[in-house]
Formats: sequence, C-alpha cells, structure tokens
Amino acid sequence: MATIVVHVMPKPEILDPQGKAVGNALPRLGFEGFASVRQGKRFELTVDGDVTEETLAKAREAAETMLSNPVIEDVVAVEVVD
Amino acid sequence: MARIGVVTFPGTLDDRDAARAVRLAGGEPVNLFHTDHNLQNVDAVVLPGGFSYGDYLRAGAISRFSPIMDEVVDAANGGMPVLGICNGFQVLTEVHLLPGSMIKNNDLHFICRDQVLRVENTDTAWTNAYITGEEITIPLKNQDGQYVADERTLDELEGEGRVAFRYVGGNPNGSRRDIAGVTNARGNVVGLMPHPEHAVEPGFGPDSREGGRTGTDGLGFFASALNALLASA
Repeated sequence: MATIVVHVMPKPEILDPQGKAVGNALPRLGFEGFASVRQGKRFELTVDGDVTEETLAKAREAAETMLSNPVIEDVVAVEVVD
Repeated sequence: MARIGVVTFPGTLDDRDAARAVRLAGGEPVNLFHTDHNLQNVDAVVLPGGFSYGDYLRAGAISRFSPIMDEVVDAANGGMPVLGICNGFQVLTEVHLLPGSMIKNNDLHFICRDQVLRVENTDTAWTNAYITGEEITIPLKNQDGQYVADERTLDELEGEGRVAFRYVGGNPNGSRRDIAGVTNARGNVVGLMPHPEHAVEPGFGPDSREGGRTGTDGLGFFASALNALLASA
C-alpha cells in the first residue's frame, strides 16, 4: 500500500475566513508569535501496491479538476508517501 | 403548460419550495432526481438550495458529477433556462456554467435574513418580469455565500452587464462588488445566493410594506421563465 498526498490551499489573493478566525483565536489561547494562519486541505489517496507514473498522473488530474477549484484554490503539492 | 424541472440531490432542502413557486407562478413543476439521465422533456430547470452531499469537498463540488448534471449542462448550452439558487448557484459555478465561486461568509456566520437586492439585468430568462434597478426583498440563508472571482472576470462581468443582482443596504457576506447573482452571456443561465422561492405567497414571505410576511418579490423569477418560454415558443 502506498499513499499519494494532495495538498490544496486557498489562493493567496483569496481571503481565507477560516484561517483568519483560527489566527485570531491563537493568541487568545496563549499561542503568541504567529502573524497569520491560512487553512488548506490534505487528501490521502491510497493505492494497492506501488504508485505508478500512470496513477500519479491520474492523481494530479483529479487534484486539478475535482479536489481543488482553480477559481479559489491552488494544488500546492502532489507527493507519494510510502 | 410550461414544465419546469426541479432537481433533488442528496441533501437538497428547498426542492419542494421551488416546485411550489413554479406552480404558484403558473407552471408545471417536474421532480428530477440526481441519478436521472434525462430531463423528462422539461422546458426549464431549477437547481434548488440546500447542502447537497453535505457540502463535502466544496459546496456543490460533488453534485456537479451527478448524472443529471450532464443533461443540465447540455440543455443549458442549448439555451434552456436554468436557475441555480444558493447551493444550486454553487453547483452552476462548479460545473463552469457560471463564472466565479463561493467561499465562507466573511464573518464565518450562517446568515439568515430578509435581504434587499437590486435587479441589475432584466434581459435574462429569469429576470425579465422585473424593472431594471428594481429593489426586491427575498430571504438570504447560507454559510458559504461570499462570491469571489479574479478582477479580470469581475471587470468582464460588469462590462457585459452580467451582474444580475447586487446586495443593497450592506454587503452581508463580503461578496466581491456586492454581487448577489450573475448570468451567463446568453442570459438563460442565472445563479444567485438569496432564495426567491421563499417569497412567492402572502403569509409565508418576507415582511413588506403591506404587512408582515406578505412579500412575494420572488415570484417574478418564475414568471420570467414562463415569459421567456412563451416568447421562444
């Protein structure tokens, strides 16, 4: 079993209300020193056996067309984790 | 009688209200299911509000891949009137029939209130019963209602008169340029976040000058579609 991990983040120019709320809550709970927070998504796609170039290409396509919406999000990484 | 389809996805909430609105406007509502592969010869389609697929992934993102959406996209590209309300608007952006997208409301709150809108474009299949610049009051209720698009797309929408509705009396959710709803270039596909189908019958609508819950400003959406279908018949 291997896992392909897809990381999706809101585009830099898009406001991230969730990240902002988390960022505002941090100092209230005593976690000082963080200038801002942005919140993204991590998807783990598990495959039986090894990850082939073909599976990876499919994962990249899924990341661009379904797992993210290019209007508001960027796929920042597609990586294989054993 | 014009047949207007109302699509039910898993998690749709406002399909029955939308069907009722169609009936009150004088049309025949037709229930369509997300697994259907045909539109049962309807003349127009409404994608109603709710939380299809629990808003998992992104609002509207999974509904977009429903079998019925292939048919809706084909019909829309052929000129059929299609209206997306709230979650239905989100589905229309995810399936690329309308530009932009919706993110969480600026303040992260679920907002539920009567909302004043200005009808900016009355040349669409869903707004021809209104007067340009007319202000209407219909309910707004959502969590992911902040309309966003890049500046170029927004300029294009403004330049082509494709901003169909704008929020009046304060922007409730941070939507770019106060945009509450947009249309495609052809004017047959319209999407908006507020809910016209909840303002179609005295006694159940928003408050108006005539008294509490008397507002029926949403009825014009459905009357517009019937006008458009008559004109094209």
